[in-house]
Amino acid sequence: MILVFLETREGKVKKSSLEALSEGARRAGEMGAPLTAVVVGPFDPAQASGVRALGAATLYHLDSPALERYSSEGFVQALAGLVAEAQPRAVWMSATAMGRDLAPRLAARLKAGLASDCTKIALAGGRLEYTRPIFAGKALMTVALKGEPSLATLRPNVFALGDAKASSGEVVKKAADVDAGAIKAWVEEIQKEQDAALDVTEAEIVVSGGRGLKGAEAFDLLRELAALLLRSAVGASRSAVDAGWIGHAHQIGQTGKTVSPNLYLAFGISGAIQHLAGMLGSKVIVAVNKDPEAPILKVADLGVVGDLFEVLPPLKDEIKKALAE
Amino acid sequence: MNIFVFIKRVPDTESRIRIRDDGRAVAEDGLNFILSPYDEYAVEEALRLKEAKGGTVTAVALGPETALVVLRKSLAMGADEAVLIKDEAAESYDGLRTATILAAYLKAKAGSFDLLLFGKQAVGSDNAQVPSMVAGLLGLPQVNVVTKLEIGDGAGTALREIEGSREKVVFSLPAVVSAQKGLNEPRYETLRGIMAAKKKAIPVLTPAELGLSAEDTASRVEVVRIEIPPARKAGTLVTEPAAEAARRIVAFLRNDAKVI
Ligand SMILES: Cc1cc2nc3c(=O)[nH]c(=O)nc-3n(C[C@H](O)[C@H](O)[C@H](O)COP(=O)(O)OP(=O)(O)OC[C@H]3O[C@@H](n4cnc5c(N)ncnc54)[C@H](O)[C@@H]3O)c2cc1C
Ligand SMILES: Nc1ncnc2c1ncn2[C@@H]1O[C@H](COP(=O)(O)O)[C@@H](O)[C@H]1O
Repeated sequence: MILVFLETREGKVKKSSLEALSEGARRAGEMGAPLTAVVVGPFDPAQASGVRALGAATLYHLDSPALERYSSEGFVQALAGLVAEAQPRAVWMSATAMGRDLAPRLAARLKAGLASDCTKIALAGGRLEYTRPIFAGKALMTVALKGEPSLATLRPNVFALGDAKASSGEVVKKAADVDAGAIKAWVEEIQKEQDAALDVTEAEIVVSGGRGLKGAEAFDLLRELAALLLRSAVGASRSAVDAGWIGHAHQIGQTGKTVSPNLYLAFGISGAIQHLAGMLGSKVIVAVNKDPEAPILKVADLGVVGDLFEVLPPLKDEIKKALAE
Repeated sequence: MNIFVFIKRVPDTESRIRIRDDGRAVAEDGLNFILSPYDEYAVEEALRLKEAKGGTVTAVALGPETALVVLRKSLAMGADEAVLIKDEAAESYDGLRTATILAAYLKAKAGSFDLLLFGKQAVGSDNAQVPSMVAGLLGLPQVNVVTKLEIGDGAGTALREIEGSREKVVFSLPAVVSAQKGLNEPRYETLRGIMAAKKKAIPVLTPAELGLSAEDTASRVEVVRIEIPPARKAGTLVTEPAAEAARRIVAFLRNDAKVI
């Protein structure tokens, strides 16, 4: 059995979790093993059909007053209980902030091996092999994990969503046995960043700016451009972040975030090795830079040699025109 | 405040990565090693807390003898003590192996402590596993990817970065906290600090001395292969004036990339 943990926010399953579930369906199919999903805490039951349609034979909903809010300690207790009972061969979740917080603690509890932030999973000689970038993507490592279950977090935006099918899967609601007294770290409040509707790691289009923007004001131009595009977010080079033009949550690169959007648009970014490390996994790269020798132009599918301040206004107009058609 | 900070020696972020002939390990010769950038924020935070509240800061590294360099750096920054847990095994990429050894060290040697500081991930392994695993093994609360930390009496508050927002987390001490960029600006070592660090004795322990068997320190991770991903090729270069360039971009987004 492959068990996939589905992350919910306000009761709804995250898209990246459905990607992990879809990959679970493909590999479980090859293994001839059942696919099982689990949600923990608040869950809108109307979401269950979508989960079952992706191939989950069973969807567990683990509930307890102590699970109303996320805590690594509470969620690990609930999941460890289910793992002991269901004995899955593998447990997967999305490599989101929650997944990266939860999976290693669960691995420690289960004494299991964990492959973080995987971009490919294959069945080879009857065992699961996990491929993940190391050195921020400068190399790819493929590992097998000894013992069962093997744990993995799957990078968002990498694994394809499966096709929805009719499903006869069942929903099993269980009261989880969680000792609230053992939870010693609690989320007291979530502070929304005024600036970020969607995180760069979740966005399908990232519009990024670097030192070439020359100031914080020019990031408004990028925000306006991003606002025209669906599921997009604004990113930045470290130089722009260090200059205080935009918050570090937007930094892309080796000491920032790694993104793999469908489109990465880079304005006034030179393409230093540490920046490239965070965005070379993008499906398509378009870069605007006035220096024809800028390294970013050597990796861009479409490179424009020009002044970003001259290109941005007509680009916005052309996109509006194209969208109106 | 008795604070432990865990630090790792990693290849410089500028490094070009090469793979050894067997295709299963990164070639280490010719690489320049540094203190992992996020660990530097952790050391800085430990020093600031000590300056504000008193106490001691101990830096701990698990790794080969060459990891002494990053321990000396943390001493030069201002750490009071440094400890090397000597481990000549090749990089295992198994966070639980590392966490098991660090947790055994804390149980056997650390006495009581208030705070365990880590980097949010080690550059290179990019695992982001060890802090939560140490917390799990010791039954301590954890707060990862922290950009702001306040420590009070027996408890703390931290801001942790999540997608598009920040979580304000309250926790009791002792606790595990892992540092994200933005937490602070690490200081430079002073000449006096560097001289003092050179003279300071750094105790060296082994996993066996911590009561761990070969089985305890076996890796769960079998490296099947390591590859360099195919280089991206440069595509089309547009040098036309801005208005035409803008049209070319949109045509490309529509017809080739199919994103609009
Ligand atoms: C340990 C370490 C970690 C690092 N981690 C990261 C990281 O995570 N992410 C990251 O991004 N960097 C990182 N860096 C920094 C990295 O080395 C570079 O310094 C940084 O990426 C450069 O940012 P930039 O491209 O915005 O600036 P620059 O290199 O200064 O490039 C600016 C570019 O803008 C172009 N330009 C200027 N004006 C215009 C205009 N009007 N129109 C069009 N183009 C214009 C210029 O031709 C130039 O190519 C790290 C460095 C170190 C040492
Ligand atoms: N060998 C090690 N010695 C000491 N601390 C380590 C070691 N490996 C990892 N850490 C700590 O754990 C953090 C996360 O590492 P990782 O889980 O490997 O990404 C690092 O930033 C360090 O603070």
